[in-house]
Amino acid sequence: MIDEKINIPEQDTAMSANAVIRIKGLYKSFGMNHVLKGVDLTVKKGENLVVLGKSGSGKSVVIKCLVGLVQADKGEIKVFDTDISTLDNAALNVIRVRIGFLFQNSALYDSMTVRQNLEFPLKRHSKKLSAKEVDDEVIATLENVGLAEAIDKMPSELSGGMRKRIGLARTLILKPEIMLYDEPTTGLDTITSREISELILSIQKKNKTSSIIITHDMACAKLTGDRLVILKEGVIVAEGSYEALEKSEDEWVRSFFI
Amino acid sequence: MAFVKTAGTRAGRDNRLYKKNKLVNYLKNTFTDAGNATQFIARFFKEVFTPPFEIKEFARQCYVIGYKSLPLVTITGFIMGLVLTIQTRPTLAEFGAESWLPGMVGLSLIREIAPVITALICAGKIASGIGAELGSMKVTEQIDAMEVSGINPYKYLVVTRILATTLMIPLLVIFADGIGIFGGYVGMNIHSDVTIFRYFSQVLDSLGFLDIVPATIKTFFFGFFIGMIGCYKGFTAANGTESVGKAANSAVVAASLTIFIIDMLAVQITDLFF
Repeated sequence: MIDEKINIPEQDTAMSANAVIRIKGLYKSFGMNHVLKGVDLTVKKGENLVVLGKSGSGKSVVIKCLVGLVQADKGEIKVFDTDISTLDNAALNVIRVRIGFLFQNSALYDSMTVRQNLEFPLKRHSKKLSAKEVDDEVIATLENVGLAEAIDKMPSELSGGMRKRIGLARTLILKPEIMLYDEPTTGLDTITSREISELILSIQKKNKTSSIIITHDMACAKLTGDRLVILKEGVIVAEGSYEALEKSEDEWVRSFFI
Repeated sequence: MAFVKTAGTRAGRDNRLYKKNKLVNYLKNTFTDAGNATQFIARFFKEVFTPPFEIKEFARQCYVIGYKSLPLVTITGFIMGLVLTIQTRPTLAEFGAESWLPGMVGLSLIREIAPVITALICAGKIASGIGAELGSMKVTEQIDAMEVSGINPYKYLVVTRILATTLMIPLLVIFADGIGIFGGYVGMNIHSDVTIFRYFSQVLDSLGFLDIVPATIKTFFFGFFIGMIGCYKGFTAANGTESVGKAANSAVVAASLTIFIIDMLAVQITDLFF
């Protein structure tokens, strides 16, 4: 059990002012299972934050709370300086459009083709676009993830890596300012994992997005993360760069990097 | 002996406590489920009148639920009319009342058999389909994906399906009525020679306003609850693939039971007021 946070610098005012996501004292329980016990987290504009932790430590719950998929029991979640717990559904949807969420299993709509998967959110949020503009946007976004040739395929015809890329394209089509990745490389081979990690990095550079990346893949964490935090038993116990945490004095923290 | 008695008593007490806890949990779950279902229905009436309206998806659901059920409804409707005629003819013939056969077939089909059997078939096909489809979407996080992209999944998936079943089931029942009556005509012509014009005029002569309207009104309720139960079971499916099967299965059971309850209430209300 780690009692003290390791390598966690005091959050200065400049960092706070630059933050797009601010989480303070986040608590969440499912019945008697207390998953989050006071998580504090800040993501700066343009930063990739990697969240590490054992399975069941509540990493995914944190990002699900951020988009209102899971209601927090206690705590403050500010996205773009707006406390999302105070918002009604319509106002929350306005914020959600500015956030992209890549699910662990991509969550592509099975009954739709790749084209329809991308058109679906775009048509609903950009009603002024003509059919040609929608089509051009879909093709451009697919080219961005290197899968323009899969446009008329069904999700069932795609490999795991392709599904991730299409899932990513579907979130990118709305040009989000924040990206949330829930285990983006899980279940993929080393080469495809690296390709997805590089894609995450290129999205950050190209679109200037801020991201939270939940992962167990240390190669992905090393490549994509500007800053890493480690979650243990519902609280953040370590924070810092990959190199700093790799050399941590705490054995448990170091065990992630072996 | 004393030891046996004590152990037996303790075991009995534990058993009673276990049964009591089981009953309490069962009641708690039943009431929670009933509360959730009521909220789910209330949300439908709130969402159905608020824009944006998913017209395209509603039309697609009407096609999937209505048009794609036509072959099944045609076959069962025809068999209903045919079998009813063949089975009833000997009894009526014994009383020399064979000429009442078209009227009896028409009345039975329109008032009771076609609405209930068609609704039950649709409960099996449509409620289970909706339950499995939405359950699978829930399990694979597709509903969550819709929600996080700022799209209201309840409006897109639930409202459209419930409206489609509410509208399509009555139309399917009316279609089954017609096909069933035609099946009766075929059944009559196995043993006797009746012209189609004479048969249909006898059927229509035997039908009145009170035979058609209450029977049609209840089919809207059948449709509404088939859609509602299918959507509720799918939308509230737990995690894991096993829950998809459970959602589909329980949707059929609950929808079938609800159809019989609505039918019983409809008959009582019709008897009371007309």
